[in-house]
Amino acid sequence: METNIEIVKPPITNVGVIGWIRENLFSSPLNTVLTIIIASILWFSVIPFLQWALIDSYWLPDSNCKETNGACWSIITSNYKVILFGFYPQNILWRPITAIIMLVSLLIISRNRNWWNAYLGYSWLAGLIIMGVLLKGGILGLEAVDIEKWGGIILTLLLSVFGLTAAYPLGILLALGRQSEMPVIKTFCVFYIELIRGVPLISLLFMSSVVFPLFLPEGMSINAILRAQVAIIMFTAAYIAEVVRGGLQGMNKGQFEAADSLGLNYTQTMRLIILPQALKIVIPPSVSILISAFKDTSLVVIIGLYDLLKTTQSTLSDPKWMGFSAEAYIFIALIYFICCFFMSNYSRKLEKELDTGL
Amino acid sequence: MSEDKTKKVDISSKKTVIEIINMHKWYGDFHVLNNINLDVKKSERIVVCGPSGSGKSTLIRCVNRLEEHQKGKIIVDGIELTKDLKNIEKVRSEVGMVFQHFNLFPHLTIVENLTIGPIWVRKTPKKEAEEIAMHYLEKVQIAEQAAKFPGQLSGGQQQRVAIARSLCMKPNIMLFDEATSALDPEMVKEVLDVMIDLATGGMTMIVVTHEMGFAKSVAHRVLFMDEGAIVEENEPNEFFDNPQNDRTKLFLSQILH
Repeated sequence: METNIEIVKPPITNVGVIGWIRENLFSSPLNTVLTIIIASILWFSVIPFLQWALIDSYWLPDSNCKETNGACWSIITSNYKVILFGFYPQNILWRPITAIIMLVSLLIISRNRNWWNAYLGYSWLAGLIIMGVLLKGGILGLEAVDIEKWGGIILTLLLSVFGLTAAYPLGILLALGRQSEMPVIKTFCVFYIELIRGVPLISLLFMSSVVFPLFLPEGMSINAILRAQVAIIMFTAAYIAEVVRGGLQGMNKGQFEAADSLGLNYTQTMRLIILPQALKIVIPPSVSILISAFKDTSLVVIIGLYDLLKTTQSTLSDPKWMGFSAEAYIFIALIYFICCFFMSNYSRKLEKELDTGL
Repeated sequence: MSEDKTKKVDISSKKTVIEIINMHKWYGDFHVLNNINLDVKKSERIVVCGPSGSGKSTLIRCVNRLEEHQKGKIIVDGIELTKDLKNIEKVRSEVGMVFQHFNLFPHLTIVENLTIGPIWVRKTPKKEAEEIAMHYLEKVQIAEQAAKFPGQLSGGQQQRVAIARSLCMKPNIMLFDEATSALDPEMVKEVLDVMIDLATGGMTMIVVTHEMGFAKSVAHRVLFMDEGAIVEENEPNEFFDNPQNDRTKLFLSQILH
């Protein structure tokens, strides 16, 4: 028998651009007022900014900027080598550039989870070794470059990529340790996390550069970059640990019981059942922490490391370029923004992919 | 449920697979299980019923040590449950458990839910584990859903997957903890049918349930628990028609209107 149910379509509320504008921007007096206010703010800020940054601006290296009202991007075009690479010898900049391109390519390839396999793991390993050789040199006829001379974006990427990749698993271990039933491990993890979280990163960096060497045996020294790296890892791991703990506590007890009743042991249960779910829940807060850790690497300026921020500042201390700090800071802000945007964009993609509907 | 399908074979001569002797358990000062003694023979089907909070779930959870007992002995398949983790994992891999809320792993597909135990606990090769998984999915009539995630299935389907997941470990004993209580009424039957099918195949089962029809037709023995103790036990016809204890009578009058 034919059923006589009429198919009712949802009402058409808006038609075309004008319909959309009326619906979303001018639907009520309040909305109209807000639209006008925001539009005028944009008009009076964005237009002059574009005028300054693009239309009236100077781009050529060593232009005479003193006479213009616009931005003087010449500070970037003249000094980009120093800003991006610090004191790395300028005649062999192809080496860090190649290394960075390799790193970025590997990161982009790794975005796609379908490509996560052993080969990608080997590529990372090989890539890291090649990058290290390229940067450090000293073999294969490459001129040796002291680690002290690595600066700018090389240092920023080094501190953040290694810092974040090491801090994340360490944070997970600390979180598991804090949940542990073994009192010694639990106490240690709680103590560590609370201690580190109670101290500013700056003081940790100071300790790593000033206090820590006092404990080393006579004549032994550990590279300043490595010490800063360790401080950043220790600091970030404590925060990651607390976020992951939140995810672990949010897990349904039934998941542990189901895993137990299959006979899975603790490691298997955590690795296969609990962590994949708990880490998925905490993607947004973990990414916030990773992003802020990435930006916090700029704090190494206070212990005299030449990261991106410090190299920019050193350019600005040149009398020739004094007074153009806005342009310089906008430039590095843009670099930081691109990296952070990449991270948060990836986290949203990951969340969507991992959503299984329960 | 036809009579011949659930015909009860005589199990009196079979060997004992679960032995619980003078077992006690407390939550703090609260005496949840009070002097439990129970022998379960191979292929025996036991239904445990009783008011909520009477300790029936706790009892079966002690059998695979999801709960720890504090006094007495529990011996499963010849292995005594103690603090020894190796023994506990061994017992757990031999004893299947089905939960009220299914507890499927939501981040894994159905077939991955089924293969994870065999692959990691039994060290079965992946391919073989998948064949076993498909076999049991067919048995619970849900093979076509193998590639889906648990969140995409109905409650009844999820519970059937959960049963199949336990069966993939080829357990000697199955424990059912109110397996149908969280289901919509129209889905209860599909899960009970799977359980009856298992019973017919000779599985040793301890079933905590309020499905008295299931108890009558499938169980060799019905236990009634109240306040942490086994108050009455009998074969089903006698248990339902001629309850001895006053508390049993009261309970039965409340659930069999």
